[in-house]
Amino acid sequence: MSLNELTIAEARDGLRKGTFTAADLTMACMAAMDAGQALNAFVHATPEIAMDQARAADERLKGREAPSLCGIPLGIKDLFCTRGVPSQAGSAILKGFRPEYESTVTARLWEAGAVMLGKLNMDEFAMGSSNETSCYGNAVNPWRRGNDAAPLTPGGSSGGSAAAVAADLCLGATGTDTGGSIRQPAAFTGITGIKPTYGRVSRWGIVAFASSLDQAGPMAKTVRDAAILLQAMAGPDPKDSTSAELAVPDFEAALTGDIRGKTIGIPREYRMEGMPAEIEKLWAEGAALMKAAGARIVDISLPHTKYALPAYYVIAPAEASSNLARYDGVRYGHRARLAQGDGITEMYEKTRAEGFGPEVKRRIMLGTYVLSAGYYDAYYNRARKVRALIKRDFEEAFGQGVDAILTPATPSAAFGLGEMADADPVAMYLNDVFTVTVNLAGLPAISVPAGLDGKGLPLGLQLIGKPWEEGELLNLAHRLETDSQPIPKPAKWW
Amino acid sequence: MSIDIETARRVAKLARIAVPEADLPALAGELSGILSFMEQLNEVNVEGIEPMVSVTPMRLKKRQDGVTDGGMPEKVLKNAPEAREGFFAVPKVVE
Repeated sequence: MSLNELTIAEARDGLRKGTFTAADLTMACMAAMDAGQALNAFVHATPEIAMDQARAADERLKGREAPSLCGIPLGIKDLFCTRGVPSQAGSAILKGFRPEYESTVTARLWEAGAVMLGKLNMDEFAMGSSNETSCYGNAVNPWRRGNDAAPLTPGGSSGGSAAAVAADLCLGATGTDTGGSIRQPAAFTGITGIKPTYGRVSRWGIVAFASSLDQAGPMAKTVRDAAILLQAMAGPDPKDSTSAELAVPDFEAALTGDIRGKTIGIPREYRMEGMPAEIEKLWAEGAALMKAAGARIVDISLPHTKYALPAYYVIAPAEASSNLARYDGVRYGHRARLAQGDGITEMYEKTRAEGFGPEVKRRIMLGTYVLSAGYYDAYYNRARKVRALIKRDFEEAFGQGVDAILTPATPSAAFGLGEMADADPVAMYLNDVFTVTVNLAGLPAISVPAGLDGKGLPLGLQLIGKPWEEGELLNLAHRLETDSQPIPKPAKWW
Repeated sequence: MSIDIETARRVAKLARIAVPEADLPALAGELSGILSFMEQLNEVNVEGIEPMVSVTPMRLKKRQDGVTDGGMPEKVLKNAPEAREGFFAVPKVVE
């Protein structure tokens, strides 16, 4: 077994025992990155930073109290600003942008001794469910449908993070989730991803998409690794006024495996028409496993589920149209070449036309429309009222004693790159149908690999928790992971 | 609500994104398609419901209104497509 194939927990133990060094581990990952270029997961490698951090970690490991992440090589989604390193959010409009500052999340990871291998591919400005809107080209799923060589999507928007972790190019990665962008790619690649409660993790230094929905979280090989990563990423931050002033519990210590007496809700509205039988089966099996482990399974209703996607596609583009107004060719990134006589308006219009891709433009204009005079109440305010109802559905379920909610993570397994090219944009948006409710309600939710479909592709289950109960959620997910059939590694073709 | 070409042109203008005349019909069609998907929201009874403004019931933090950072014009301008004499440079705005 190569070192890059270790989990974070295994690597931590090996580093502490001195079985290998952080430099060895980092070099193993860099070799895997070189060999894995066909996955197009890493888009900016940072080998010098990685080796400097690895050597520093090795020094620190000689002491007594090195943190869990000391010497652990990670990949960072391109949405996070990293000082002096390209941070483009997968967009041509930020070409050449090298921030003069470090996001709070990545700063915390480096303080904990983690090693940065580079930046990871993603949908442009995190707008997409297949990584096909990236300015770097598609990231590719390490999984294939049996012997069929057709390339599959790793999901999106954190597609590069998912592909890199699933293919063992790094031990873990950061992701962000606005409507499902951690959980859907995790499900498509057979890994674990958690979207924390809104406010658990600082958004400072992460390129903003929809500020009331965005939340960063870890993508990892196991639930334990996700707990270790989340521990380091989370916590209040004076630079983000929406980050919660709450102490971060010991998430790894929460993984007792004891879920006896917990009540798990099964929402009937998630039983969608046309849902593949395999997913229905996986869901029922997941509930049976939790029941066997001592949990109580109850049917619940979340009556406004159906309206989550349309509400999301009003609110998210509205916030995006405002957030992305800053890309104007003045302070950073791309500026269009101007013609004789062009003024500042032409500069804005040409810069934004050249710099943004089609999906981002579509969402900005949609957001502009729903916020424009005469439509604000009809669309935006109505969507925010529906959002309040969606949140209330969850509060009522939790109020009736439900501890967590079990659902499928996605309505299908990974689909082929290009397969949705001619589809209506709304067809692509349906990927988020099981995940988006959670962002609207601000809740924590985790996607755990739970089985393979008939073509051998991984499928995930989602557990949704109460606000600030990531510890309990991780423990439930850990139990589900332990009791499910283990997911093999994808057969290596790259 | 369907979006006509004139509305698509106006939205593109408001969003400060140049859209060639030839692309406006397709844009109008796409936006109309997405908006018709959103029409479902009209089925929901939202009477007496306050629009949600905050995900968690928390009071926004306040701090002293004072300078906490600064004095780094080079860093601020580092990524500017064009900067001159310590300022961002843009095409002439005032005649």
